[in-house]
Amino acid sequence: MEKVMSNKFIIALYILPALLLVLTLIYVPIALTGYYGLMEWDGIGDMSFVGLENYMALLQDKNFWNSASHSFLLALFSTLSLAGYLVIALILASKIKGAHFLRKIYLIPMLLSSVAIAQLWLKIYHPSNGVVNSLLSSIGIQNPPAWLAEPQLVLYAIFVPILWQYAGFYILIYYAALKNIPSSFIEAAKIDGANPLQIAYKIKLPLISGVIKVTIVLAIVGSLKYFDLIYVMTGGGPNGASEVMASYMYQKAFGSYEFGYGSAVGFYLLLICLFVTWLIRKLTVTREDVQY
Amino acid sequence: MNVGTDQRTTHSPISSQFQSRKRLSERIGYACLYVILGALAFLQLYPLVWLFFFSLKDNQEVFNQSPFSLPLDPKWENYARVWTEGNIALYFFNSVWITVISVMLTVFLASTVTFAITRMRWKWSRFVLGLFMVGLMIPVHSTLIPLFSFYLKIGLIDHPLSVILTYTAFNLPLTIMILLGFYATLPREVEEAAVMDGCSVHRIFFQVTLPMSLPVISTTVIINMIYNWNEFVFINTFISSDRYKTLTLGIQNFVGQYMTEWGAIGATLMISIIPILIAFLLLSDRIVEGITAGSVKG
Repeated sequence: MEKVMSNKFIIALYILPALLLVLTLIYVPIALTGYYGLMEWDGIGDMSFVGLENYMALLQDKNFWNSASHSFLLALFSTLSLAGYLVIALILASKIKGAHFLRKIYLIPMLLSSVAIAQLWLKIYHPSNGVVNSLLSSIGIQNPPAWLAEPQLVLYAIFVPILWQYAGFYILIYYAALKNIPSSFIEAAKIDGANPLQIAYKIKLPLISGVIKVTIVLAIVGSLKYFDLIYVMTGGGPNGASEVMASYMYQKAFGSYEFGYGSAVGFYLLLICLFVTWLIRKLTVTREDVQY
Repeated sequence: MNVGTDQRTTHSPISSQFQSRKRLSERIGYACLYVILGALAFLQLYPLVWLFFFSLKDNQEVFNQSPFSLPLDPKWENYARVWTEGNIALYFFNSVWITVISVMLTVFLASTVTFAITRMRWKWSRFVLGLFMVGLMIPVHSTLIPLFSFYLKIGLIDHPLSVILTYTAFNLPLTIMILLGFYATLPREVEEAAVMDGCSVHRIFFQVTLPMSLPVISTTVIINMIYNWNEFVFINTFISSDRYKTLTLGIQNFVGQYMTEWGAIGATLMISIIPILIAFLLLSDRIVEGITAGSVKG
């Protein structure tokens, strides 16, 4: 048994193809992004080494900080919305009829492609015959805004479909975690006279704190690297009002052919994502995750 | 005995009154909860219903009627038209074969890796597993520029292989993670018996372990299918010629050309959505399982 199951050749045969793919297409590119950030390069011609120039220039780049602040704002909104999703999941998981069915309905937007969602919401926000403005003018608002063309509104207008897209995902995760709590815990609390709110707050939430932590990481890191809807719906416009870090990187590299500068943005994006993941895990490790 | 019955009879009117009052408030509470849940379900679904409606309208109807109106005279020909006129049929076919090949490659490679890590004995298994798992935390955008220049150098830009390889690499970590949870529950006795009978490792993998893991494989297949079918960033960056474009990219094109024809745009969007919706209706439990397995265990 031992001998058969530790055959080096077979282990290599089973591991190496996948490992090679992951190393060449994920790890090497990550290192190269950091390296290209040290170059001035248009993507096709010769590179010239400029040291930390790109990285330093980025720290002074208003547009970069602008896009970073939008990414962080999205992260804030996503994290706050988790509370709402948690409430919905608590209701769903409290032995309600049709919960199984509803949770599937909620999930549907998450299954659709970002491009389809973006095109659909472009129509929903259409200035004259979109759903939103028709609704507003039918309740007597004279000049409803052109949502995606207003620099002050565009960012929030795009956050709505992003939150819409992921609502079902987080509700599903919370629901699954809540369903895993042994019913004896809840029964015991009921016998002791706890009301549903107390049970939710004092028993259910602490028991799923590990899952809540994971969703906070997912929501924040997911927001920081968010790209799809913004790129398709506004391309970061009008005038940078909806630019985020990933779209800024994309625009620098594939829009204005500043591959070195774009790489520096990409490397900062990586560092920020890894740092935030580490920070949240550090901040939220207060006790061991509950086991039952 | 008598006392007990007396107590029950004297108390029952009061307690039943109390209970019915409690039931009424409970009912109101439940009604409120259902209103909240129903409103959310409506919000999640209405945009799609609206999309379906405008896919059956012509521009006259879209611009002259309220956006909430039902299509008066459903224009099913919108679907037939975009399918035959644009390249939608080609894009659809590309989506199918690129998705199928990437999914098969990913799930097969992830299975061999998971088998070697959980079933075989070697020194570096935990380290190698860690290498795969860290891949989950890396933002794809940070790899985009080097990948683009790499594929440009080896001549794979505007070649479907670049997309297939990239999808496979980036989906491997999640797929391995979902498989790991299941492999941990598989009994070792069957494999041990197979070794006693003189089975080779390959035969154990292909004829014992792989068939036993079919339920979880179907979950990973569906999750991978959804991700690859909808993928946008990589294909948008690597593919430029029409003959290799997938639906997600094709929609972008199409909308650019027919900017003003809402019915045609709606029909195209519906065509890209319908396969996923059908898969979801048929296999929703597996999808739900895969999504929870893939996220919570991280």
